[in-house]
Order: sequence, then structure tokens, then C-alpha cells
Amino acid sequence: MLLRHTPTGLNERSALTINPAKTCQPVGAMYAALGLHRCLPHSHGSQGCCAYHRSALTRHYNDPIMGSTSSFSEGASVFGGQANILEAITNIFTLYDPDIIAVNTTCLSEVIGDDLVQIIKKAAEDKKIPRGKFVIHANTPSFKGSHVTGYANMAAAMVQYFAKNTEKKHRRINLIPSFIEPSDMSEIKHLAGEMGVEYTMFPDTSDVVNTSMDGTFRMYPHGGCRREWIETSGDAQATFAIGRMGALPAAKLLDTKCKVPLHILDLPIGITATDAFVNALRTVAHVAVPDSIREERGKLVDVLCDMNQYTYGKKVSLMGDPDILLSMVRFCRDIGMEVLHVLTGTPVGKFKLEERVKEMCGPDVVFRSGLQCDLFMFEQLIKENKPDLIMGNTYCKYMCRDNDIPLLRIGFPIYDRIGHSYVPLMGYRGGMHLLLKILTILMDRQDRDAAEENVELIM
Amino acid sequence: MSIKDIELPVPGEQFKLEILENYPPKVGKKRQKQIVINQIGADDSVPEILANTRTAPGIISMRGCAYAGCKGVVLGPTRDILQITHGPIGCGFYSWLTRRNKTRPKTLADTNYMTYALSTDLQEDEIVFGGEKKLMAAIDEAVALFHPRAIGIFATCPVGLIGDDVHAVARAAEEKYPDINIFGFSCEGYKGVSQSAGHHIANNKVFTDVVGQLDTPKEGKFRLNILGEYNIGGDAFEIERIAEGCGVTLHSTFSGNSVYDEFASAHTADLNVVMCHRSINYLAEMMETKYGIPWFKVNLVGAAATAKSFRKIASFFDDAALLKQTNDFIDKELVEVEKVQAILRPRCEGKKALLFVGGSRAHHYQELLREIGVETIAAGYEFAHRDDYEGRQVLPNIIVDADSRNIEELTVTADETRYNPRLTPERQASMEAAGFTMNDYRGMMPEMANGSLVIDDCNQYEMEKLIEYYKPDLVCAGVKEKYVVQKQGIPMKQLHSYDYMGPFAGFVGAVNFYKEIDRLINSSAFRFTKAPWDESPELSATYNN
Repeated sequence: MLLRHTPTGLNERSALTINPAKTCQPVGAMYAALGLHRCLPHSHGSQGCCAYHRSALTRHYNDPIMGSTSSFSEGASVFGGQANILEAITNIFTLYDPDIIAVNTTCLSEVIGDDLVQIIKKAAEDKKIPRGKFVIHANTPSFKGSHVTGYANMAAAMVQYFAKNTEKKHRRINLIPSFIEPSDMSEIKHLAGEMGVEYTMFPDTSDVVNTSMDGTFRMYPHGGCRREWIETSGDAQATFAIGRMGALPAAKLLDTKCKVPLHILDLPIGITATDAFVNALRTVAHVAVPDSIREERGKLVDVLCDMNQYTYGKKVSLMGDPDILLSMVRFCRDIGMEVLHVLTGTPVGKFKLEERVKEMCGPDVVFRSGLQCDLFMFEQLIKENKPDLIMGNTYCKYMCRDNDIPLLRIGFPIYDRIGHSYVPLMGYRGGMHLLLKILTILMDRQDRDAAEENVELIM
Repeated sequence: MSIKDIELPVPGEQFKLEILENYPPKVGKKRQKQIVINQIGADDSVPEILANTRTAPGIISMRGCAYAGCKGVVLGPTRDILQITHGPIGCGFYSWLTRRNKTRPKTLADTNYMTYALSTDLQEDEIVFGGEKKLMAAIDEAVALFHPRAIGIFATCPVGLIGDDVHAVARAAEEKYPDINIFGFSCEGYKGVSQSAGHHIANNKVFTDVVGQLDTPKEGKFRLNILGEYNIGGDAFEIERIAEGCGVTLHSTFSGNSVYDEFASAHTADLNVVMCHRSINYLAEMMETKYGIPWFKVNLVGAAATAKSFRKIASFFDDAALLKQTNDFIDKELVEVEKVQAILRPRCEGKKALLFVGGSRAHHYQELLREIGVETIAAGYEFAHRDDYEGRQVLPNIIVDADSRNIEELTVTADETRYNPRLTPERQASMEAAGFTMNDYRGMMPEMANGSLVIDDCNQYEMEKLIEYYKPDLVCAGVKEKYVVQKQGIPMKQLHSYDYMGPFAGFVGAVNFYKEIDRLINSSAFRFTKAPWDESPELSATYNN
């Protein structure tokens, strides 16, 4: 038994977190910053933060993850980190030549109280920032929210620093995705592209953290949203916040700063949520849905109808981040699964996630979010009422093995399988991948567990 | 194995000069002392290298922090000390199972906390008003759920700044739970300049609060502890197998596949052998001073090095039967090793490697690579000190800077009742006369080729340049470097995590490693990096006409 000390029953706790279902803000900020073209994420704190975040993202993406650090020593922790970051800015522009340095704070620099606005101003005054280059920052204290909050804060920083209002309005739509995979960002762009919608997507980590291999290492791969595009986002006709937790702060800021009308959408996972996304895009952009998208949708519906008996009524428990959870629950309901548990360590604040989950799943679904809602609790829950399938990150593999429940890996981090960065879960095509994965897992189980006389040749 | 001189295609001096030119002056000045061209003098002397010094801010370094060194490296591999990270959630999350230290509880009833990450997940309120109360409550909850024998509390950056005293909380908790040994580590991430500070902090606390708590020796003859072996990929399992085969009793391993009781009674063993000198030499020295246990350095990476180390252990115990059993066992093991070597060496001979990792592996793995003919042309540590490069004789000359001064140096004296020098002065003198070295580590540089590059705290930029200048056949470093190297079509071997393989220590490990290096160098995977049309791109233009 891997988790041999987890008792049955539910032990409510108020101080101790065991096996967290979230991590800290800066890693999300680093990931978002990678979604800017020619941007180097910079962690303002001790070396360890940057090393941990780079390692976590590297393990999740199997691709180079660049990032620098202010390398705080004990002295900097006492006297403030201004000298460190000023030196860092010089060293970074000299050696690594990014167009943008995106600074995230850490618990350490937040506790010290380093004022990044003032420090960046000083760096500019001291001519440490070359012409045409930029230093931006987001406050990402690790003792608030989670990695999703950090992602949201860095996305908002892009608006804060770059978005402008000019007289030149244009028809483009700003697509701001939550903390999702580069493959999913590509798939959302694919949907918009097929519909002939002009868009600006940021952050956009596609072709930054899922690059190809051709014998050359590029510190700044060809992906990532261009700063110039974000500058024009203030003149766009609308903003879509795709996934409320991760995208709303940036979208809201665009609304208040540049008066760009805001639409909050769920991540387009599965049929219902993708339908809603496509419909909203169609309405706002005044375009028709092309046959190619009807085709994609039709194929997904075809497989769903053909194979519905294998998913209908199957019980599932999910853990992960709020935006992904909401749409995954939606998809599970689309395909007739019964949702037993939904858990996230991320505090959801004003996001009415619980209400929405209950609307979809009925009052009996167990919903847990925020402090001490962790994988220890999740395992206690699934032991009480065992699902046929668990959906969650790699860390679920231990409880899945102990309890002999199959695992569909979704969310962050996924350290032990690949594919998530290349193959989408979103849009109709992503829905197809997702459905095929679920079917394969459940049907393999059926083959494994069926009595000999019940092994089916044709399924 | 003799080490030949190396002639690099671009001389090290030129490489160094061209690297330094591109640095801002302040960085260049420091890096100049951290990049050294190896030159072994007549008296085995090597050039001086600057190490264990701050990384310049902004430089993309391989290094981590003191918390990672303390919680992640030294204490992490122990399975029955319940470890609570006191701080915001991140640190506890990232150090959760990511280092691959395997552990094997003897029965299903045995304690194993390895799969649990415990954290106080400090929130803004606690940062403002203090987190000690929450820590105490977390300990209460942890005790109720897990009933541990021992609890370690690990401080993260903000904890130090807000003034939470993890030691005071540990003491108070111990009063409440007298049967549990509860101790705190002030391993805030900003301490020191790298993981190294955390190793020292961990050594100190394990020495004062754990070692010596239990006076019951393990049964068995020829009892020793192995210090600085963390069981990545099962290395310690292989070492346990060899120890048993040779006939010595492994009392405890610090800290791979270990349990609390073995630490607590480690002072009853008769010898300490040190594997990773950097992370644990403090404990070896302190145990010698307090309990009279002698120590020497071993290397259990590489078949020849493993054989040599176990023969040395056997000769320390000075027992003819043991010596025979050890020699017989090793000879038998070497048959398989040499068989594989003979097949794979011709396939790897003459290949060139870069090796940047850790505080001992950059040294140890050179031997293993050499055994199949792979030469290391440049190597360096991520967080080691001068003595790991140049040898312990430089210790008196190392200048203690402000960053190191902040790490407590314990004053240790002989234990009044339990000090027991294991060697008589006469025996020690005769051993020394026979060339048996104790308390010594010669460092990495005397075992590297003349002309090879030694680079401390090698960074992203230098690694890129090394690859550009020297086009190595293989690079060994950590996960952050892995894909940067591989995008360039060069195979990369992670030597922190072993790329989720192993063991690589001992005899079985050596064979595993030879095969893995052969795969990396000779498999067809990396040959697809270039497409056939990349060879003659003008052809497509011709067809278009």
C-alpha cells in the first residue's frame, strides 16, 4: 500500500494540508509569462523557487522551460531585493536578450515588501532597460490563492503594462484562456480560425512549451503572443475570458482600462461547453459556423451515441483546477457519467463553482474546495464511495493503485505520461480524444474484470 | 585506470576568454575564478577554484535552495520521520516524491510516510499575525492521524522573516507529546548560496537531536554506516546487497531506505563511510569527535570504484575471513560486469561527455563513464565547495564569507560516556604506514585529465557555449537542462533522477549504466533530428522550376 496511513472515514482538519491539490502562485505566473513571445519569466525571490517552478514545468512539458531568478541571499532578505533585481535586469538583457522580462514575486519578496512598480521605474530611469525592451511584473504571493491565481495575475499584468486605447478600433476578439495546455490553446485558435474570427490570444504558450526538435535550441521559440498584439487588445470589439478563474482578472482589467466588452465563458471541453463557446463566438463576431466545425462536432456526437452504453451511469470522481473541473464535469454529464466527487485545493472565491456543479450533477455530489481540501481528503472520499474512474493529476496514481481505480490524467501536473501538450482535450476534436481515452480505459477494465464467459469479442 | 591528458579542439583558455568577454564586468570577474583549466602538478596539486559563492542575480543557474538541500536531499529519503513543511504550499508540493528516493518497508504494517506531503499551507493572515499557532495545530492533527515516532519541521523563506520559531514550537510540541521526538530545521530558502547550506543545517539537527538517542546496536559483525547515499533509483538497495554479499553489516544509511531507529543508534557502529562528501561530511566529522567513529570516503559508483571501496572496508575491519568473503564476492560480481563492458566499450570508446551535477556525482560518474571509454571533457558541481574539487587539504585555507558564516557550525566534544575510539593509536599508525587513508577526500580535480575544463555553478549560457564549442556526444546534468540539450540533438542523461531508471550504483548499477549510455549514444532516435531534405535544401527549389 502506497498510502497506507490514510484512515477510512473523513478526518476534518483546520491546520494541516496533506498531499495538496494545488500549488503556489509563481509557477502559474511563470507559465503565463512563457505565453508572451520573446519573454523571459523572472522569479523575484530565492533561487529555490525558480528551480522548483522550472523543474515542475519541465517535467510536465518535457520541453525547455527558461526562467531566471533574483537569487536572494540572507542579506537581500533583510535589506530588500532591489539591488538584486536591478543587477538581474542588466545581466539578463546582456546575456539572454529577451524582449520582455516578466517578473513574478514570491512569498519572500512579498513579505519583505519590495515595491516592483517603483523598482521597475528606477531600472528605467537608470537606463537598465534597453530601448524597445520591457520589464513587467505581477504580484504573486504564494500565501494567497494557488497556481491558477498566479497565472491569472500574470495575464492581467500583460493588460496592465501593454493594452492601450487608441482611436483605431478593430474587429478582433481577445481570447484570454485560463491555465490550460498549449494544445488546447491551439485548438481554441483552430475553432476561431475555422469560423473566420480574427483574434488575439494571450497568454499563448503553444509553440513555446511544446516545440519540435530540429537540432537547434531556441531560447525564445516562435510561439507566444506578440507584445504589439496585446497593445491593440484595448481596441478590440470584445474579450472572451475562457475559464473564469484563470482569465477573468485580465479580461476585467481590459474592460475597466480600455472599455472592451467582456464575455465570461467556460472552457470548451466536450459538447455542451464547446457548443456554448462556438455559439458565443458566432454571435459576438457575427459569423456563421462553417461546415468544417459541424463535421468535427458531428463526429464527436457520432462516437458518443455509438458507444454511450460504456460511459452511461459510470461513476467518476474528479480533482483539479476550478475552470477545468467545471467543464470536465459538464462533459462527464454529456456522456452520461455520474459524478461522485469534485475537489480542488484552489479557493474559488466568488466563483459559484459548487452551485454550478450541483446544477449539473444534482445535490448528492460531494463538492470540496479551498484550504485543507487535498488529495488526502479526496482519497478518504473515494474510499467511502468508490468511483469507476478518477480524473486528476499524476499524484492521483498512488490512491488509484491502492484502491484499484483507473486514472485519466488531466490538469497539472502530469509528470508520468505525455501527450497533453500536443493532443487537445478542448473543442470537438479534443472532445473526441478525451472520449476515446475514457472509453479505452473503461473498456479495458471491462475486458480485464469480466468473467471468462462474458469476454466480448465485439464491443 | 590512468587518465590521459586531453587536447580540446578549442583550448580551454580560449573558450574561457571568449565566454568571459560576453559577461557584464561584475559577473565576468567572478566567473573567471570559477572556470578553471585542470592541471595536475607534480605533487598532485591542482589549480584553485572559486566555489560555494553566490550566483549572480539574473543568471540562469542550475541551483536550488537550502530548503531543497535540507528537506529534499538529506531528510526526504527517511520513511518514518513525519515531515511537515511550515510555509505556503509551494515548497511542500515541489518536494513531494520528486527526488525518487526509493524506500522499502519490510512489512505492510511498517511505517512509510514517503508518499505524504505535509504542509501548514500558510495564508496571508498567518503571514501577518504569525504562523506558530497553526503549526502547533498542524502537529496535533498530524499526531492524531499518523502516530509518528519522530516529526521534522522545515522552515521556508517567509517563516524566517515573520519570526516564527520552529524550534520553540518543536519544544512545546515535545512537551505535549513526550514519546515523539520533534525537531525543527531553520532551512529557509534564502540561507547560504545553494542547497549546500541546507545539507549542513540538516546534518547539525540530525546530529544533535537524533543520532545517539538509542543505544541498542544492530546485530551483526563488522557494522558500518553509509553516509550520503540517498537511494535514488534504488542505489541503496544495490549497496545493501553488496554489503551483505561481502559480509559486513550495514547499520544505517544516511538516508536512503532508512528508518529513524537506525539514525538514532548509528553511533553504535564502528565505521562511517562517506559517499556524497558534500552533503554529509559534517556528520561524519562530528560523529568521530563525539563517539570516536572513524570515517573514510568511498565511491560506490563504477564497478572498479565499488570493488575498491568494499575491499577497503574489509581491510579496515582487519579480518581474514571477511577479506576473503569480500574478495570472492567482488570477483564473482565482476565477471558479469566485465562481460558487458567488453561488449559495450568498443561501441562507446572515445565519446566525449560534459558532466554538471550535484556535489559528488560530477566526480563519481566520471569513473563510470571511463569504464566504457567515455571521456569527460568538462565537469563541475552545482553546489559543492573547494574541498570537493581540490581535496580536503584546502579546508584550512577556505575563506568563510558572510553567506557561510550564517550557517551554524556546531562545537562538538567527546561524549563523556560513549566516546570510544575504534582504532588504537598503534593500529592507526600501522594503517597509515600501509597507505590506508582516513578522514580524507582528494576531490574531483586530481582525477580529471590535464586540460579538461572544471566549471563551478555552470549556468545556461556556459552550457550552451560548451555544446557549441565542443559538440559533446553526451551531456549529464539535471531536469532543467535536459531538453535544452536534447533540442540540439545531443543525448542528455539526468544524473539527479537518472531519468526514472536505475540503480546505477554498485555492480548491477554499473551494468545498467553502461547499457543506458550505449542506448543514448548508439540508438537511432537522435539521428532523426535532421530530415533528409535538410542535407540538400536547394534540390526542392530545382523541382519547383
